[in-house]
Amino acid sequence: MHAFLPDFEVYTPRSLREALALLNQNNHKPLAGGTDLMVLLAAGNLPAGSYLNVNGLEELGGMEVGKDKVRLGALTTYTEIRRQAILCKEFPNLVAAARQTGALAIQNRGTIGGNIANASPAADSPPALLTYDAEIKLISEKGTRVVPYKDFHLGYKKTLLGTNELIHSVYVPRRFRNWHHYYRKVGARKSQAISKVIIAACALMNKDRIQDIRLSAGSVAPYTLRCFQTEEILRGEKKSQAAIQKAKTMILSEISPINDIRSTAKYRRYVTTQLLEEFLLSLP
Amino acid sequence: MSKNRRRIEIRFRVNRKLRRVCVHPLTRLLDILRLELGLTGTKEGCGEGECGACAVLMDGELVNSCLIPAVQLHGRSIETIEGLSKRGRLHPIQQSFIQRGGTQCGFCTSGMIMASVALLMGKKHPSSAQIGEHLAGNLCRCTGYSPIVDSVRKVGKK
Ligand SMILES: Cc1cc2nc3c(=O)[nH]c(=O)nc-3n(C[C@H](O)[C@H](O)[C@H](O)COP(=O)(O)OP(=O)(O)OC[C@H]3O[C@@H](n4cnc5c(N)ncnc54)[C@H](O)[C@@H]3O)c2cc1C
Ligand code: FES
Ligand code: FES
Repeated sequence: MHAFLPDFEVYTPRSLREALALLNQNNHKPLAGGTDLMVLLAAGNLPAGSYLNVNGLEELGGMEVGKDKVRLGALTTYTEIRRQAILCKEFPNLVAAARQTGALAIQNRGTIGGNIANASPAADSPPALLTYDAEIKLISEKGTRVVPYKDFHLGYKKTLLGTNELIHSVYVPRRFRNWHHYYRKVGARKSQAISKVIIAACALMNKDRIQDIRLSAGSVAPYTLRCFQTEEILRGEKKSQAAIQKAKTMILSEISPINDIRSTAKYRRYVTTQLLEEFLLSLP
Repeated sequence: MSKNRRRIEIRFRVNRKLRRVCVHPLTRLLDILRLELGLTGTKEGCGEGECGACAVLMDGELVNSCLIPAVQLHGRSIETIEGLSKRGRLHPIQQSFIQRGGTQCGFCTSGMIMASVALLMGKKHPSSAQIGEHLAGNLCRCTGYSPIVDSVRKVGKK
């Protein structure tokens, strides 16, 4: 442990309202499951200051299955996601992401809100959420706003989240039941590995044509990318070698991978196109 | 308030016994167990959630104690390797590890056993794939894993 603990203050608010008031007054940083923050703390890389222990706030937890959408509270853990039958059935990409996040001890603690707010371009749930047109509810003392998740990430570790705001909930609309789903993370090993490349996708088929499609990619840009242009050229297409080649060329123009400790830009470009092809070939 | 007096009182259970400690809110559960309570069976490997050497059960679920801050412990129930034996008799999974060479240097063993206990609570006879998934967050640098998987698969058998 390299941190000097007296540099840190932690408040545990008794209610969401108190939490929001504290956030409004000064620069507290939320602490949820701690699986990102405690790692930084141990390494001596957590900025000194005030932290807000939101972990027990009931309003930020829970899952509700509505007629049109499912609400996941920001504090929903990966283990809770994996156990939710409706998510397994209708949002398998999200469950696949949860299953491949860290290992079980991490899944028991890590939250979806923390994963989104941490805004790592290599994170597992963001690509899944992008394939399902997720919306994010942000809350502050001033009020709430619901934003499409596709607009949430602005740049490397830059998001729409204000310093006085909390992520309250994530919503996924229940219109993907009959779609074909695909989620694949490529990492150094099966568990406990951060991604080198992630492709998440889903498509709605009309006979042999792709009627509608969502495609997103992780670890190949400063933030998780929804590949709008590649979607666009595939929409209405038949599954054919020509369409696959066109899509592979297009996705290469959308991503901007780099060399880092986990992989190289070259490898990431190649694997991105291969995963895209694997997804398209998996369509009926 | 002076800076180093920012301590909080935490009441929680460790191995079914009520405990009270006064620590900084970001003190790791790992340090509370080892330094405050003298329960040194829980080990620190990486200190960053990767190796599972520090794994314990919190309210029956497997967690890495190096990632749990004191401030989130109040009212919880923790089970460590020291709590497994009953009246001097080792837990069957501990016996199985001994019998089948599931431990060599022993550094990963407490974590391996806590992860196995978490698995066996839900499944009496787990498959090799389930054992693989449940122990995936626990690293061992000695055994090569086969004797560990074997110890879990054959637990309770002669
Ligand atoms: C060993 C290990 C393996 C991991 N493997 C993976 C992996 O495979 N894939 C992956 O994607 N991640 C992985 N992670 C990262 C981490 O587990 C996830 O990002 C997790 O979802 C973070 O959630 P948390 O609640 O633990 O976050 P915390 O550490 O509590 O917080 C993370 C960030 O989010 C902010 N935050 C938390 N909740 C809110 C909220 N409600 N509103 C606003 N801001 C909030 C915090 O201020 C902080 O900046 C791993 C971590 C470890 C230690
Ligand atoms: S010491 Fe906690 S996971 Fe390695
Ligand atoms: S027995 Fe030595 S690390 Fe596992």
